[in-house]
Amino acid sequence: MNAFLRNLSPTHQVAALFFIVFGVLTLVSIVTLLVGLRERRNAAHGEAWLREFADFRALLRTTWFMAVVFWIGWALGPGVATLLFALIAFFALREFITLSPTRRGDHRSLILAFFVVLPVQFMLVATARFDLFTVFIPVYVFIAIPVVSALANDPSQFLERNAKLQWGIMVCVYGMSHVPALLLLSFPGYEGKSAFLVFFLVFVVQTCMVVQHLIARRFAYLPPDEADVARRGIVGRWLARKPFAPHVSRSFNWASWGLGMAIASVVGAAMSFITPFKFGQALAMALIACVAGSMGHLVMKALKRDRGIPNWGQKGVGVTGANGLLDRVDALCFAAPVFFHSVRWYFGL
Amino acid sequence: MLAAKLLGWVLLGLVRLLTGAQARWWGCPPKAEQRIYFANHQSHLDLVMIWAALPEELRSITRPIAARDYWANTPMKRWITTEVFNAIYVERGGTPAPAEAGAPPPDPMAPLQPLIEALKSGDSIIIFPEGTRGHTGEPQKFKSGLFTLAQMFPDVVLVPAWIDNVQRVMPKGEIVPVPILCSVTFGAPIALAPGEERRAFLDRAREAVIALRHV
Repeated sequence: MNAFLRNLSPTHQVAALFFIVFGVLTLVSIVTLLVGLRERRNAAHGEAWLREFADFRALLRTTWFMAVVFWIGWALGPGVATLLFALIAFFALREFITLSPTRRGDHRSLILAFFVVLPVQFMLVATARFDLFTVFIPVYVFIAIPVVSALANDPSQFLERNAKLQWGIMVCVYGMSHVPALLLLSFPGYEGKSAFLVFFLVFVVQTCMVVQHLIARRFAYLPPDEADVARRGIVGRWLARKPFAPHVSRSFNWASWGLGMAIASVVGAAMSFITPFKFGQALAMALIACVAGSMGHLVMKALKRDRGIPNWGQKGVGVTGANGLLDRVDALCFAAPVFFHSVRWYFGL
Repeated sequence: MLAAKLLGWVLLGLVRLLTGAQARWWGCPPKAEQRIYFANHQSHLDLVMIWAALPEELRSITRPIAARDYWANTPMKRWITTEVFNAIYVERGGTPAPAEAGAPPPDPMAPLQPLIEALKSGDSIIIFPEGTRGHTGEPQKFKSGLFTLAQMFPDVVLVPAWIDNVQRVMPKGEIVPVPILCSVTFGAPIALAPGEERRAFLDRAREAVIALRHV
């Protein structure tokens, strides 16, 4: 099986990967459909179960969407893939700015951010100008934005307003632009297979987030005098820890975090055959991406708490399709640059 | 005709890209009955925003109000407002608020005439009863046009709407819009009570719009 896969051309290997992904998705969707049908005929579960089921279906729809989008991106070449991630960055930044109050004086800086910085950054990615695209935002843009703001003649909360805008650009544009940039890393003997690297990063980070989410759901912390704690068993008691930073996240603790890291890293290592890494290298790279991603997710949670909202997006009701996008991609936005630069540094590319 | 349709699509796409153009039918469903939508006014884009938020089927039978001095001052704007938005022009500052003592203004009907004709022909309309764009978040006092129309057309449903965030997309004096998510919230219809005073009704209508801000 392995030998057969290795003998395929890179294009066929990527196609096989998508074949497997879509196959698994189809299977899961069919099972979900059947379970839903059975549930409708004779309801055997409570309201809480139904809610979780609806959540799961929403997650499945998102996964389908992302998989199809990735497939289109890959099928039409790196140019289209870059454009796709530029669009995601655009929607994410739009959400970020919507929920970070700006003043009239910020208008020109916002125009600069959306219509100049974002396209230029992704253009630099598409043309593989690595030396410029890694410094364009942190050096040039971070100096240009305050200048434009100062020229708007509004000094009130100057530092705070600029920090908001620059942080939004850093996360949504700079972070996101490193995902398509992976397509352009040229490992010797790995030409044409960079799509695997993007898949590796996205899959590993997503695994890490999902595992942590599931653990937090399943083993929610209860005060020690609750009767059912005894019934949870050793694993349950070990995992149901007090949240470490309850004001920021009620589900984050080091035990479930560690477990999420471990599982995602092992999954990453197991996928080393599709990457240019050896087993140990894949483990380390997955670990680096997961640490950056999950910590980034925590940072974005702190920002949301500061704004007093549970989710990014407009007031919870979603009809635009762009709502809550930032919630799904924030971990990736933090993981991508760290992953990209670690890979470049370690392999001397 | 084709050009107008095409431009309509382009504009719709553009507005959705910039603002999401999200409609939240909170107090009533989107329905093809004759309605007067009245909303807060913060930006020139309010008109475009509410037009884009309406579903396709309602868009063609709902005519927004556009201030003649802004929307008809270039041939391009005039063409867009008449061909794409199917808007009704009104003169701005035409209806002065009635004097304290209750003395009726000289001719209150003249500026409303185009609206009356549109309602008579069966169209729904979108009006901004503040008359002009506000600077603050709070809407200004409503002008009496809404009251007059409610009196003349008791069968038309009055739907309050709150347009959120549009002033950030394009503040007064700027010409390039920036992408920021906006929404239009449609509330529960209100009706003119028998024998209700003008000011009391207008204040109630304004409250109904403001109440939608936090739902």
